[in-house]
Amino acid sequence: MIDTIAALQGTITLATPLLLAAVGETVSQKSGVVNVGIEGMMLMGAFSAVLAITMLPNLAMGIAVAGAAGGLLALLFAIFAVRLSANQVVVGVVMNLLALGITGTLYRARFGETGTFVKTPILPSLLFGQNVLTWFALISVPLLWLWFYKTRSGLIVRACGEQPIAAEASGANVLLLRTLCVVFGGVMAGLAGASLSIGTVGTFIENMTAGRGFIALAIVTSGRWSALGCLVAALVFGGVEQLQFIGQAQGWRLPYQLFLALPYVVTLVLLVLGGKTGQAPAFLGRPYRRA
Amino acid sequence: MSDTNLPNAPTPLITLLRALTRGVTYSVGLTVLLVLTFLALRVPPMEGLAKIWEGAIGSKDDGYWYPLTETLLKAIPLTLTGLSVVVAWRAGLFSIGAEGQLTIGIVVATSIAKLGAHLPGTLLAIFMLIGAMSSGALWGLLAAWLRIRRNVQEVISTIMLNYIALQILAWAVEGPLQEATHVKPQSDPLPTAALLPRILPMSLTDGIQTRLHLGVVFAILAVIMVTIYLFRTPGGFALRLIGQNPEAAKLARLNADSIRLKAMALSGALCGLAGAIELMGVTGTLYRDFSPGWGYTAIPVALLGGLHPIGAAFSALFFGGLTSGTSNLARFTKGVSSVLVYVIQGAAVLAVVGARAWKNRKAGTEVD
Repeated sequence: MIDTIAALQGTITLATPLLLAAVGETVSQKSGVVNVGIEGMMLMGAFSAVLAITMLPNLAMGIAVAGAAGGLLALLFAIFAVRLSANQVVVGVVMNLLALGITGTLYRARFGETGTFVKTPILPSLLFGQNVLTWFALISVPLLWLWFYKTRSGLIVRACGEQPIAAEASGANVLLLRTLCVVFGGVMAGLAGASLSIGTVGTFIENMTAGRGFIALAIVTSGRWSALGCLVAALVFGGVEQLQFIGQAQGWRLPYQLFLALPYVVTLVLLVLGGKTGQAPAFLGRPYRRA
Repeated sequence: MSDTNLPNAPTPLITLLRALTRGVTYSVGLTVLLVLTFLALRVPPMEGLAKIWEGAIGSKDDGYWYPLTETLLKAIPLTLTGLSVVVAWRAGLFSIGAEGQLTIGIVVATSIAKLGAHLPGTLLAIFMLIGAMSSGALWGLLAAWLRIRRNVQEVISTIMLNYIALQILAWAVEGPLQEATHVKPQSDPLPTAALLPRILPMSLTDGIQTRLHLGVVFAILAVIMVTIYLFRTPGGFALRLIGQNPEAAKLARLNADSIRLKAMALSGALCGLAGAIELMGVTGTLYRDFSPGWGYTAIPVALLGGLHPIGAAFSALFFGGLTSGTSNLARFTKGVSSVLVYVIQGAAVLAVVGARAWKNRKAGTEVD
């Protein structure tokens, strides 16, 4: 029999990095900026968490450094995509290449050529077998909703994505707010990376994010830019990833590559079903320039 | 981006001078970039540059033929995937799908080799090339269709299709295409008659065996054909107009959907060709980690080449040289690896994108 509780717990664990990254990206997109570079920011987070822990064995330190690394790369993104109004997709794509190069180079410089295996401790579980990052991800969902719809600052950020000219006219600094939102998204992506490396496997592998940043982008879109939508979509993906472990336990005679490909197929299906919706922020992806 | 269709198009001399200035600026900038990276990694800069030069171009002691042809060899797949990015991005489609289209292409080409092993070599080679190109095109069309019919952003869909293609390859080399002993995750060697011939006789290269193959001719032809298509045909003009100014394209009653489909099909076909050429010219077998990221490097290649086919060919040559240069460097210097190329790529593109954005910061138009 399938152990339902264990499967559910596994699903939530697998959903954590996706949810963290998707919540961060939702904030960034609500302010009007599509950050395609969160894949790279996750990778930076995953690597820096491991690097920090090997130098100073403190898990809290690892989490903090991961967030900072993601935020730093996001700041670089913002300088180009927000301040200089360069094309957001182009800069995001470049961020991913940069992160792949930086993490790969530093990993090999620090831990020797590939093949060596670094081991770090894994975040301990707090409650119901879930670690601090998972709980943080779950709590961030209602917080995000409250912030967007019950506070003035949340309203202003949404205005930056819907009507930046009006937001600026009412006294908001659109460029600054967008930069802050992008950096927040980067920090969340960094934490998402940490939840992959020190949260589950206790090591770093080159390109270990394997497209999860892009799945998080798909989660934001198919979750209709809402916090609850992100949670539901992230859990669906956690469940899909969990399937391969269930499949193994049940002895399904299917090629394992099928399970590995499944999250990407499901992403496409979700995006197809989500299709033409008008819930995206009106100025999403369009740079803002002061007159 | 391109000035060719403006009423006061610049004279060829001015265009040439501009290209030269750009080339010199880029070379100086990239040298500075390399030196900075070396300093960060605590590698003596002069020694680092010398090792890269020797790996990419050669030296008096070890000769020039081998490193130069290796640089050319690495530039072949990069040129073709770079062209594919030029075509797609010029049409306003930010496809990152080159890697997946290439992967599907090599799986199909190897399948054809397995099914048609009894065919005469040349015929089989032609079938393999056609098969790779059409399957790459189909993989690209899938993303275009998702964008047109279901409004799925191609940035996400192409990445998903890349990972799906990668799993198909992983499955194929452990399943139907696995070598006869069923031990290694790779295919049997392709029939020798279907391989692309090497083009430099040893009598010409001072007796040094080079690996440069017929694929280099295909790459050059592809550059010429894509240049002519983009800048000298109505179809190419429509493609660029859709990308640059969709509103104007609408006013001109262009069918945006069919142009985008065509662009993605061409883009995918070029990647399929890139994969097949590498398979038939260099490796001779299919295996799991076939592509070292040609599809992703294609993006810096295209961007540094100014999204122009000829520019892309030159920047492919540059990255080809950088790849063979850094792998030479990695052999001698501890702690420096060939992944370094990605850092250089990223930083170089950022510099170019940033410079252009800075120049246009008050222009009021979106820049890329």
